[in-house]
Amino acid sequence: MSQGHDQTSRPEWTRPRAVPEPEAVFRLQVNGSSREVTCRRDTPMLYVLRNDLGLTGSRFGCGLAQCGACMVLLDGHPTPSCDLPVWAAEGHEVTTVEGLSDDPVMRTLQDAFIDRQAAQCGYCMSGILVSACALLHSDDEPPRHAIAEALDRNLCRCGSHGRVLAAVTDAARTMRAHGSGDEPTQDGDRPQHDDRPQGAARPLGSTP
Amino acid sequence: MSTPLPPQAVPFGYSLQRNPLLSHWVGFPHGGQVEVRVGKVELGQGIVTALGQIAAEELDVAWSRVQVVPAATDRSPDEGLTAGSRSIMDSGSALRAVCAEVRRLLLSLASARSGAPVEGLEVHDGEVRDAAGTVQGSYWTLLRREQLDVPVTGEAAAKAPARHGIVGHSVRRRDLDRKLTGAPSFVHDLRLPGQLYGRVVRPPSPGACLLDVDDSAARALPSVCGVVRQGSFLGVVADREEEAIRATELLRAGARWQEQETLPVDPDWLDSLPGHPAEVSQVERREDPDAAARVVDVHRASYGRAYLAHGSLGPGAAVARWDGDDVSVWTHTQGIFPLRRALAAALDMDPDQFTVQHVEGAGCYGHNSADDVALDAVLLARAMPGRPVQVVWSREDEFAWEPFSPAMVAEVSAGIDEAGDLVTWEQHAWSNGHDSRPGFFGQPGLLGYWHAADVPAPAASDPSLAIGGGTGRNAVPPYVVADLDVQAHRLLVAPLRTSALRGLGATVNVFAIESAMDELAERAGADPVEYRMRHLPDERARTVLRTAAEQAGWYDRPTEDSVGWGVGYSRYKDVCGYCAVVARVEAVSEVRVTDLWVTVDAGQVINPDGLVNQIEGGAIQAASWSLLEEVTFDARTVTSRDWEGYPILRFADVPQVHVTVLPRPDDPPLGVGEVAGGPVAAALANGLADAIGVRVRRLPLTPERIAAVIEAG
Ligand code: FES
Ligand code: FES
Repeated sequence: MSQGHDQTSRPEWTRPRAVPEPEAVFRLQVNGSSREVTCRRDTPMLYVLRNDLGLTGSRFGCGLAQCGACMVLLDGHPTPSCDLPVWAAEGHEVTTVEGLSDDPVMRTLQDAFIDRQAAQCGYCMSGILVSACALLHSDDEPPRHAIAEALDRNLCRCGSHGRVLAAVTDAARTMRAHGSGDEPTQDGDRPQHDDRPQGAARPLGSTP
Repeated sequence: MSTPLPPQAVPFGYSLQRNPLLSHWVGFPHGGQVEVRVGKVELGQGIVTALGQIAAEELDVAWSRVQVVPAATDRSPDEGLTAGSRSIMDSGSALRAVCAEVRRLLLSLASARSGAPVEGLEVHDGEVRDAAGTVQGSYWTLLRREQLDVPVTGEAAAKAPARHGIVGHSVRRRDLDRKLTGAPSFVHDLRLPGQLYGRVVRPPSPGACLLDVDDSAARALPSVCGVVRQGSFLGVVADREEEAIRATELLRAGARWQEQETLPVDPDWLDSLPGHPAEVSQVERREDPDAAARVVDVHRASYGRAYLAHGSLGPGAAVARWDGDDVSVWTHTQGIFPLRRALAAALDMDPDQFTVQHVEGAGCYGHNSADDVALDAVLLARAMPGRPVQVVWSREDEFAWEPFSPAMVAEVSAGIDEAGDLVTWEQHAWSNGHDSRPGFFGQPGLLGYWHAADVPAPAASDPSLAIGGGTGRNAVPPYVVADLDVQAHRLLVAPLRTSALRGLGATVNVFAIESAMDELAERAGADPVEYRMRHLPDERARTVLRTAAEQAGWYDRPTEDSVGWGVGYSRYKDVCGYCAVVARVEAVSEVRVTDLWVTVDAGQVINPDGLVNQIEGGAIQAASWSLLEEVTFDARTVTSRDWEGYPILRFADVPQVHVTVLPRPDDPPLGVGEVAGGPVAAALANGLADAIGVRVRRLPLTPERIAAVIEAG
């Protein structure tokens, strides 16, 4: 008989405590606006984002700061939100993938990912885009190994790595081209997407 | 289905036999849309896009009009599972037949109305035009709904590939726009009105039974709505997700379990698989009484691999809601209809009481926790009538309780003649079964069911050899051999629960065959590619292998210190896509694969870029399996319970994958989702042997395993 088993991989905040922390109100800066939530102080930001604030773009992958699916920016630095208690987020700017939708770097990245069709299931991609966005904000000409290093905390199980690395490289090139006013150069090995026949659907009448 | 099938030229597959009416598959709602219903589900492989392309092509409508409806048991055709690289072959050929027939029906209606002969009419983006270009109606104006309630005859000719304008083109996946902006995309992201959060406390080990539990601390959490216990099934529902997680830890602390040591701890247990009680099947037997006399030497070796996990990046998740006697389930299962059967069996209810709706999950690669978590959600939701309950597995439970790909050994003895050529081949594959999918094999097949009933999971079965087998999958070498005896031994005692992972037994069988071929080539003093060519009769196979070698620069490969080159070939299940792989491997302090050249013959290709994406992903995943992955356990329980205990390839370590797809527009499409696994595993082991002169016959190719081989000398 035993009373349980190894808890090695369980996150610290879930360990039973004699007296659980009481609920409290936390004032947060998320995606540029002030938000208030009521929860226990050790609640990971991931659940606050997904459930209290309706921002489900940050995904749960492990809850152990090992996979990067939940990556957000904390004052601009990529941080796993599953490992960020709400109390520690107070007084800092939290930015999620949704909050970056108007960021020109993120938009360039997203276009490049679409161009490369750089995803299979896409479950890892919010976190990867957040990490890549932080990288390109600090370095607009990262070599392949620097991109790989910046994405070291992000796992992808579908094997989309090669396309992700290529897409981030494309995005950096586009940014530089725009920055210098040049047209972006096309990469020869880019897949040619062909959505023919073009044209949006138009109503063609109705069933008699 | 009661509708009788008409006589037909080509026998219909399962998809059309079960769902023979045109209206099962397509509809033309107002507003110029085309609704396509398929029973296959999106698993991250882009299948929904490819099937939509086929429909758009045969109907002659713009791709932008086509909406593929998410699969649900109350509206979609029953197409069984999305598995086995069969989706394009099953669903695609069904859709092709159906849509060609709908198009023909439209033309005949237009002809009857206008008086113009059918031959003079054509369909252009859904409209019928006559020879003068005058519009004579469209799908939306001429076809009445009930006219589609007729069985498909199979008599309408599908378009010739030369006329294809959508099939064969790299149409972009529409789902990626959402997934790349963080928009709600997965069952994990569902937030239904009144939704609660459930979590399950799994036993500490496979042999454990729950004796009793003090749930007072969990129930004392203000957020907790209820605790559910049935046998060894223990779960909790709360109105805040993190409180449900907190409650599981309080329950765990209050639970007493009876545990047993049930797992093999002998370090050589993998080697000892052969000889355990097993069900034997003859995969193939070719007899040549004169063969033995020609054999001058025999290569005997055993190749194997540990248990593997699917390790989806997002763990299993589901939502369930009970409304009276009816249950709604949102799930990322691979088979909505089989899951419905399994849930009904587990709860002793009627399948019609369940509506099972597919919502995407993380990439799945086989039978993982998707179905189990659906039952968990149903069991917890039963305690909360009218409220949707979402359950997400923890990472730890995902690694400890998903069904694994079984540990496996394949023993080869190959007899060669004076010239070093193959004369005899005997192969024995040993593993637990590769299929315990729910809704088949006459029992529910769901983890929560076994825990609630306190019964052990039965050992997994294998798919029949007719559909590719499991343990025996790809166990027959594709090479010319006069005398051949190939047997599959499905082990009857299962220490750990096992089921289907991409490729099933093919990965280890191909790893064995292709490693042995390299070892035989070396004995014969032949180049590995040339040696295979000497024995490979299939012209398409030869082209694939030759192309991979050319693409990789095989014949001009430089000699570098600690660098090796390896090759592997197979045709998945002997009926799917052909695949040859060349790997460049660096072996210094650890094994690193820098490049993989993968050549595929997939017949006609629906979406070239989607196919390349699948191949790249499959190759990287197979490299990860072969270099790093192994489920570990002690006598009591699984110990690889997180990404540190079960590492996978990371961004810095992935090889560059160079994919070549051979153009075969006039041949039927062949499934490719699983083709790369075996050839990649073999190419890596062969590359390693080339680099360091040491043959490692066990996967993964970790530094420890290599050191052990070197030590054993
Ligand atoms: S979920 Fe946060 S790192 Fe995995
Ligand atoms: S695309 Fe599926 S995990 Fe990365």
